[in-house]
Amino acid sequence: MNLTSRIILLIVFISIARIQISIAQPRNVKFDSIDSLLHHTSDSVVVLNFWATWCKPCVTELPYFEELKKNYSSSKLKVVLVSLDFKREFQSRLIPFIEKNNITAEVLLIDEPDYNSWINKVDSSWSGAIPATIFITKNKKLFFEKEFESYNDLEIIIKQLNQ
Amino acid sequence: MKTKLLSLAVILCITVLIAATPDGYTPGNKASDFKLKNIDGKMVSLADNKEAKGFIVTFTCNHCPFAIAYEDRIIALHNKYAPLGYPVIAINPNDKNKSPDDSFEAMIVRAGEKKFPFVYLYDETQEVAKSYGATRTPHMYILQKAGSELIVKYVGAIDDNSDDASLVTKKYLENAMDEIIAGKAVTTTTTKAIGCTIKWTAAN
Repeated sequence: MNLTSRIILLIVFISIARIQISIAQPRNVKFDSIDSLLHHTSDSVVVLNFWATWCKPCVTELPYFEELKKNYSSSKLKVVLVSLDFKREFQSRLIPFIEKNNITAEVLLIDEPDYNSWINKVDSSWSGAIPATIFITKNKKLFFEKEFESYNDLEIIIKQLNQ
Repeated sequence: MKTKLLSLAVILCITVLIAATPDGYTPGNKASDFKLKNIDGKMVSLADNKEAKGFIVTFTCNHCPFAIAYEDRIIALHNKYAPLGYPVIAINPNDKNKSPDDSFEAMIVRAGEKKFPFVYLYDETQEVAKSYGATRTPHMYILQKAGSELIVKYVGAIDDNSDDASLVTKKYLENAMDEIIAGKAVTTTTTKAIGCTIKWTAAN
């Protein structure tokens, strides 16, 4: 094997390794993107977790959502981490946080600063405090304004929804 | 038996309703005064300010990104409305053990850096935040004097864009203040306050 082929092989290997890590690429979205997830009609469970990099209890529970994403096939369950970080900190704070913590679930930064225009549409009981999580199937919604204590807490809810 | 079950169900429903009713003030309620330590070491009560027509009370803190984003706007509110009889009263209710950046010493430092023109009080026992029903920083309350009483006129957010003051389209608090000063009824009396949750001391 000559040097060129070795280098090519090495490049291919590195690219595959990178794909396997597949760190999430966050996107800026408007509320309509969230709204369509709230009203999805697929057979899967959609889990929307509202969080921010500056919110300590949110960061504590993120690994449980990552685990949830890994333990269910994408056809059965979709985890979306909806970031309430400031838009101006998208590059400087959100992206480095996702890379550092190897977040693989989808991350959407909601670019809707007028919270009063949309928080009631997620759930009318929501004060707007985070962490908050909503589990959505095509005919059921379960909303929680609280921090989950363990991965098991999430799994119990998913099992309830799938019954 | 059926009647018993029914009454039990009714009692359960009532209990749930009561439990679901949030504590704290809503517009129209009477607000109670307090006595809290200011950053200059002096104790402050609302009753001390005889000339005021009312107060813009804000539960806020040092560390929260939303509170920081609103600091300049709260200073501007004081500079605009204190001469009209409505000074800002800032109160930090956070537990210093959970949030060391919100200690009394850190309040003195932050108030100095930002040259707060208003009092910055420490609600160490969190009793004031609890009685007002504050949950966030910043969480705003407009109080108006009516004789010897203080009536809550507005509860909620400052405006509709915490991230960028230049993109604000709805100035909830200023609109309410301008209506109060014009002697009109407040159109929007409540919004949901947006910010960090108050860091409560864990119950023993």
